[in-house]
Amino acid sequence: MGFYLLAAWSALTLNFFLPRLMPGDPATALFARFRGTLGPEALQALRETFGLTNAPLISQYFTYLGRVLHGDFGISVAYFPSPVLEVIGTGLIWTIFLAGTAVVISFTIGTLLGIAAAWWRHGFIDTCLTPALAFLGAFPYFWLAMVALYLLGFTLGWFPLGHAYGDDLTPGFSLVFIADVVRHAALPIATVVLATLGGWLISMRNTMISVLGSDYVNLARAKGLPESRVVLRYAARNALLPSVTGFGMAVGFVLGGSLLTEIVFSYPGQGYLLVQAVRNQDYPLMQGIFLAITLAVLGANLLVDVLYLWLDPRTREAAL
Amino acid sequence: MKESTLKWESGLSVWLNAMRRDRKAAAGTVIISFFVLLALLGPLLVGDPKAPVGMPLQPPSAGHWLGTTGQGQDVFAQLVAGARTSLAIGFGVGLVVVAIGGLIGIAAGYFGGRADGLLSLLFNIFLVIPGLPLAIVIAAYLPTGPLTLGLVLVVTGWAWNARVIRAQTLAQRRRDFVAAAIVSGESSFRIVACEILPTMTSLLVAQVIGSTVYAIGAQVGLEFLGLGDVSAVTWGTNLYWAQNDAALLTGAWWTFAPTGISLALIGFGLILLNSGFDEITNPRLQMEHAWRTHLRSRGHEPTRSTPVVIER
Repeated sequence: MGFYLLAAWSALTLNFFLPRLMPGDPATALFARFRGTLGPEALQALRETFGLTNAPLISQYFTYLGRVLHGDFGISVAYFPSPVLEVIGTGLIWTIFLAGTAVVISFTIGTLLGIAAAWWRHGFIDTCLTPALAFLGAFPYFWLAMVALYLLGFTLGWFPLGHAYGDDLTPGFSLVFIADVVRHAALPIATVVLATLGGWLISMRNTMISVLGSDYVNLARAKGLPESRVVLRYAARNALLPSVTGFGMAVGFVLGGSLLTEIVFSYPGQGYLLVQAVRNQDYPLMQGIFLAITLAVLGANLLVDVLYLWLDPRTREAAL
Repeated sequence: MKESTLKWESGLSVWLNAMRRDRKAAAGTVIISFFVLLALLGPLLVGDPKAPVGMPLQPPSAGHWLGTTGQGQDVFAQLVAGARTSLAIGFGVGLVVVAIGGLIGIAAGYFGGRADGLLSLLFNIFLVIPGLPLAIVIAAYLPTGPLTLGLVLVVTGWAWNARVIRAQTLAQRRRDFVAAAIVSGESSFRIVACEILPTMTSLLVAQVIGSTVYAIGAQVGLEFLGLGDVSAVTWGTNLYWAQNDAALLTGAWWTFAPTGISLALIGFGLILLNSGFDEITNPRLQMEHAWRTHLRSRGHEPTRSTPVVIER
């Protein structure tokens, strides 16, 4: 818990110092963009909205921390005059939906396949599927997404070419809308699952194989327990632990990596917003998104830690 | 048992022998050598990759082996020219990242105590902060170019290496030969350089290879998002322009397929090289391999149980 607070504080601090360490400040960059249309007093006002006052750095820092704690991330430049928090809010839901669903599906299928690969060692899954998925993993993820979009979306027309839902629909809890969202999310999610499945499979398979050779599994076999019970209740439960540890990091990886998914599929999440913000030099929005993604990842990791306590009694004892 | 099957190999011929024996290492070496040669010599053989040579978005033909881009440039020339920058950044960042991660990891693992606590905290925080968004934010503030890209990749990539190398150093630190070196009064530097580092050779090589795979992938990803120098010719910018020129929606698969396949081949080649190298340097895997061959030669299928071979 303390670690995550410290990590969150580090991210906040990093976020504060990055624009100040870099050559040229965002206000001047923006000012240059509106060359001629803004007077010098506007530059001063801009600098103040960015918190780049002439006050000493330390007091700037505390002003910044106070504003962030109140949920004030400033005003977006590209979506002027919407506050950054509002712009982020709409994007974050889509990203968490997309990345969360993809990670859960990939983890579940990959782990089950890993168990199966270890169970029927040298079987079809072990000898054909595993290398095939590892080979897919060698492609840059977004490139696979591009190919999938080209083949299944453009050439065959099975999936829509982008966006989270059809332009003719209004968001709401209607069956039509939900069906449309699922239809739009299917291909992006499928590409993420395909690209990350191999990792889960291999990690689960390898741990399973070493756990299957351990004494307590041999004992369970010797007791004459059915093979399915030995594999699932004895081996798989313990082999799951390293994968759960990896789950926290994977959430971060996929949340970050979903930026690329969203670009390829023009999906209106954080990543799409972030790249738009970078292209428009919308620094407040950019930094707000970075913080939002970081905090989401920290939250996911904290959840995984709690889950781990529940799964592994040894850590529970150590924590008490 | 025949002497030759379990004999220790040494000397310079190890790699060549391994390549003969291990198909993975051989395939990896061939793939990587091919691309390195392409990156070194290729740009001399093809014309200016940025010069317009024909109609835009032409499919592959005899004149232009891989067709033309949205700006009428030759895709093949761009692929060959892009290999140089992309691979240079990839291998360069791979080395630097392991050097930094190694330095910090060894310092943390060897000195322990408060230094370890602080350094571990530092790399754990860097590990938990998502890399790609951080990379994007840093790259957005710096002037675009290969140097910025390299810096960003190093900042977001060193922590993982530090963690792995710290764990390994910690394990070696507790070994008797290190204790003996400390007792005999050798300096910390000498112990690290002469006692601990050599035991980590195979780990370090694996880390460099893994980091190179990461650096090439992340670099291409960032450039694809338009965060590189979009006027340069690299594999990432090739894909950026393919996306920007709506190659997907006009069906121009030849503008993005060759780059992706090259990237995958490089990644796959490096992974093969890694597992091949592991097989060579890891005595346990080598023994296991020898056992398997030995058992098979006697018509046994290797199983989980410990095999007992009775010599007659």
